[in-house]
Parts: sequence; structure tokens; C-alpha cells
Amino acid sequence: MTGRFVRLAETSRALVRFELDGKPVEALAGDTLLVAILSNGTSVRSCEFGGGRRAGFCLMGACQDCWVWTAAGDRLRSCTTMVEEGMRILTSQPEASWVNVA
Amino acid sequence: MGQCRVIIVGAGPAGVRCAEVLVAAGIRPILVDEGRRDGGQIYRRQPEGFNRSYPTLYGTEAERARSLHQTFESLRGSIDYRPETLAWNIFDRQLYTVSARVSKALPFDALVVCSGATDRLMPVKGWHRAGTYSLGAAQIALKSQACAIGRRVVFAGTGPLLYLVAAQYVKAGAHVEAILDTSSLWKRVRALPKLAARPRVLVNGLSLMRTLRGAGVRIVTGIEPVEIHGSPEDGVSGITYRGRDGSTHQLACDAVALGYHVRPETQLADLARCEFRFDAETRQWLPAVDQDGRSTVPGVYLAGDGARVLGADGAEIAGKLAAWALLQDLGRPVPEAERDALRRERGVMDRFRQGLVEAFPWPAEQAARLPDEAIVCRCEAITAGELRRVVNQMGACEANRAKAFSRVGMGRCQGRYCGHAGAEVIAHAAGVPVEQVGRLRGQAPVKPLSIAVREEVE
Ligand SMILES: Cc1cc2nc3c(=O)[nH]c(=O)nc-3n(C[C@H](O)[C@H](O)[C@H](O)COP(=O)(O)OP(=O)(O)OC[C@H]3O[C@@H](n4cnc5c(N)ncnc54)[C@H](O)[C@@H]3O)c2cc1C
Ligand code: FES
Repeated sequence: MTGRFVRLAETSRALVRFELDGKPVEALAGDTLLVAILSNGTSVRSCEFGGGRRAGFCLMGACQDCWVWTAAGDRLRSCTTMVEEGMRILTSQPEASWVNVA
Repeated sequence: MGQCRVIIVGAGPAGVRCAEVLVAAGIRPILVDEGRRDGGQIYRRQPEGFNRSYPTLYGTEAERARSLHQTFESLRGSIDYRPETLAWNIFDRQLYTVSARVSKALPFDALVVCSGATDRLMPVKGWHRAGTYSLGAAQIALKSQACAIGRRVVFAGTGPLLYLVAAQYVKAGAHVEAILDTSSLWKRVRALPKLAARPRVLVNGLSLMRTLRGAGVRIVTGIEPVEIHGSPEDGVSGITYRGRDGSTHQLACDAVALGYHVRPETQLADLARCEFRFDAETRQWLPAVDQDGRSTVPGVYLAGDGARVLGADGAEIAGKLAAWALLQDLGRPVPEAERDALRRERGVMDRFRQGLVEAFPWPAEQAARLPDEAIVCRCEAITAGELRRVVNQMGACEANRAKAFSRVGMGRCQGRYCGHAGAEVIAHAAGVPVEQVGRLRGQAPVKPLSIAVREEVE
């Protein structure tokens, strides 16, 4: 699987293994979750209002267009969360719990 | 009476220099910052375990970055530093913060807001597609994660950062497909007398252009972006722009970095009830401040890019000036000669800032030409046509009314990325000057909070 982001340096960091939509994938220690996901795929979520897949926009915690979910249903802002070994991440909301969206 | 309770929001150049002055005067400020580490935007630190050097990361500003980081380290024992902490509301002389899902109300006697800036954006049809990023995002990907946002990156928009970030990409080995600048070369030439106020910065800028030309990067000026192409599933596949002569051109790419200079983050100033004034040069509402950063609310000071975009050096000066203003208001002595010198330096930077505004103007007229089907609000996929409809059919000619009817500005970015362009769309549709449209009022929380937040008393 090819990713959206291209690593240009700092590639000798330790490997981190996590699960993305049920599949085992790899990232590097020190990656944000957004980078970890986008070095494995091309998007992190779907826009609830239509218009297709999204892959973040600002990378600085301002746009909120990079939300992902843990298998336990917690919402994470992927550009400001670090990837951790064994995380189980979903790029669609487990079940629409709308209270968690506002 | 006990110690004066001072809170600084933001650990960028402005916040760190402000803390330095306060600590030297015997005050122990609380320093709240949302980031994991200090440094703010420009001197953002890479995560632990990354090994790139200061010159690689910060280029010509390496020494300034090192100096700021060292100052911060030396202050650690004398300040109450709270990283990964969001300041989300101000009410009744208390700052509300949240960290690790715990919310606290911190009473203050004085508050210095050094909240920095975010990218200023003008929508273009297709900018919601995956692979379109803000220009700042493109830089953050590189600086803090050593990544490029794509394999073939187009930089579009205007402003000095457009060239800076593109050059940083080239140096890091990324492929820059083109730079598409909405401003014309002629505007830059005309702004030269003002830009010459800071010769070193001007020379750095010219050397960036040489780097880019040397690398064979295509630079097109005076363009208008027409559409970012792609599919809902796979995202960006190209961009179409109109050249100066009106002809259209298409480029293939898998990423677009889009930005039109930056805009101050003013939500906290708004929640503190500071007055705002319309700035005709940049066509936006800015909090009113005196030359040292006093807002219209006693005890609330605004410094750095969060008040006026003067760049990193200007932010360091503004941070010190605000600290001295605070001390003076407490009846404490300030070093007047040093202050006057910095005020003068700040004046020079302001002249340069005006030069940048003239050289890389906000293309307000593009908002008027946005096709109805273009999305203005990325958060909720609301189009220019819908915004025009509430103006034309419902008479909503004021920003907050138009927001209530159309929801443009109500999404989770809270108007950060659609607010300025939305105001231009409304102004044009209603046939009124943009200042008459007013501004979106800042609302708490300044960013969405998790529902699982607990309150704690401090
Ligand atoms: C994305 C981006 C990239 C930039 N790159 C460059 C560059 O390469 N070169 C250049 O000369 N200029 C650059 N600039 C301009 C640059 O930001 C400034 O010149 C400089 O960083 C301003 O310093 P500051 O202290 O005012 O704010 P910043 O450095 O932006 O620091 C503000 C700090 O406040 C924190 N903060 C804001 N709101 C809150 C809140 N509510 N709660 C808690 N913390 C908060 C932020 O996390 C941040 O750490 C850039 C601007 C942006 C937006
Ligand atoms: S990409 Fe904007 S908040 Fe994460």
C-alpha cells in the first residue's frame, strides 16, 4: 500500500506497529498518528457532510479535519496525537455517536 | 497582597520573551501552550528521537531558534509551564484550560495572549479534496515530521511563506511541481521601498528565489486558481489555473499547499471582550492594541502574530514590550531606553509588514468569482451558492446572521479557514463594503473539547 506522505529523512527511528481499520501496519516512533496513517494510505476519514475522503488540512490542531477513532470509540485528533505501539485505529466512526461530533 | 497572578498563553517567540522579562522582574508566570513542546510555529521543535540539525531545520534563523529554545530551558524552573494545555475560554477574570481531559479555571490579574497565527485561506473549487493542505501544514509536515505532503506538490496562493516553504521542500529533496502566485511581480517591485526596511530579510527572500530558480522550479505569478481536480475517494490529481493573459492551464500533481499569508488567532482576545477595529489594508478585523500591546481591556495584553503579523523577530520584540507594559501598569520600573529602542525597531518591522501586504495582497476579488458549486466551508461542505442564497433570499448581510442561516463558520474549525473568504462572498453578494459585514464572534470553547472533560478547582 502506498501512502500520501513521503518520508524525506529521519527514517532510522524504531518501528511502531499498530492496527489500521483492522489491518496490521507499521509506522516510526515519533510519528503523529496522521503521518502514521498517511504513510500507509491516502486518507484518514470521510466528511460526514458528503464530498468524500479527507486527509487533514492544517496539521496544527486548528481545522479538526483529521479526527479518527480508537476501536474503543474514543475520538482522536490525529495530527496532534503521537502513534503508539498496539493502537487500534478506525478511519470511520464506529457507530455514529453524534454527541461526540460537536 | 500576594504575588501578581500572571498567565501567558503561547510558548512561541512572543510568549517566551514575555516570560523572560517577567521572570527577571521577580514574577512567576503560568505559561499555557497547546503544543507538546515550546517554540511556537516558526521555531517548532521536532519530536525527541529526530536528529536533524538546527541549520537543517531553521535555515537562516538557526541561531535565533537556538537562542529562544535556550532561553526557554533556562526559564523552566522559574515559570509554571503547562504544555499540551488548551486555553479554551475567558470569563470573569479567569482563564479556562483543559489538559488530559481535565478542565481548570485559573484566576488572573494579568493575561498576555501570544496565540500566534494560522494560515489565511481563500477557497478554490475542489480545495476540500484529500491532498490539499494549508501552506503551514506543508511546512509542519516537513519540520516536525520530515515528510512531504505528496510526490508532486504545487504551492498556490501568495505571500512570502509560499516561496519559503517551497524552497524548504526543494532543499529537503521533495519534488515541487510549481509555484502559482496570485500576486504579480510588479506589485513586489512597487513594494520594494517598504521591503527595504529590513535588508537582511529582503536578501534572504531573494536568495530563496535563486534556490528555486536554480532547482528549475516553475514559478508563475499573477495567476488565479480555478479548480483542484481529483476524486472523492483518491483526492487531488491536478490543478487548473488562469494565467495573466486569461488562458487556462492544467498541471498534474497529488498535493496542493494553499495559503495567502497568515491571520492572527484572535478568539481569546474576543472572549476577553477586547475591542476590534477593521484593518483596511488587509481587509480583516484585528484587536485594538497600543504600541506596547495593551488591549482595550485593562490587564489583558496581546503580543506577537496573534495581534499583528510582524514575523518571528517582531514577535520577540512584542513579547518584551507587552511584559514591560504589564510591569509598568503594576507600578514597577521598566528600562525606558531599551524599551524605546525596541519600539523603534518594531516600527521598522511594521513598515516591512506593510510592504508584504502590498507585495502579496489578499485577493478579495476571487471570492466574488467563486463558482456557486465551490465549497466555502470545508467542515460541513457548504458552497458559495448556499452562502449567496442566504444573502439574496434571506437578507442575511451580516456575518453572524449569514452564519446562523447557512452554517458557514459554524463548523468545527470555527471559521478559521472560511471566515475571511465568507465575509468577502457576503459583501459582494450584498453589494456592501466588507467591513459592513462585520466579523464572526469568537465563541467558547475556542476548539472542540471532548465530552469527557472533568472540572477541577485549582
Ligand atoms: C504555519 C505557520 C508557519 C510559519 N512559518 C514561518 C516561517 O517559516 N518563517 C517565518 O518567519 N514565519 C513563519 N510564520 C509566521 C510565524 O508564526 C511567526 O512569525 C512567529 O512564529 C510568531 O510568533 P508568536 O509567538 O506570535 O506565535 P507562535 O509562534 O505561533 O506561537 C503561538 C503559540 O501559542 C499557542 N496557542 C495558541 N492558542 C492557544 C490556546 N488557545 N491555548 C493554548 N495555546 C495556544 C500555540 O500552540 C503556539 O505554540 C509561520 C506561521 C504559521 C501560521
Ligand atoms: S489536520 Fe487540522 S486539526 Fe489535524
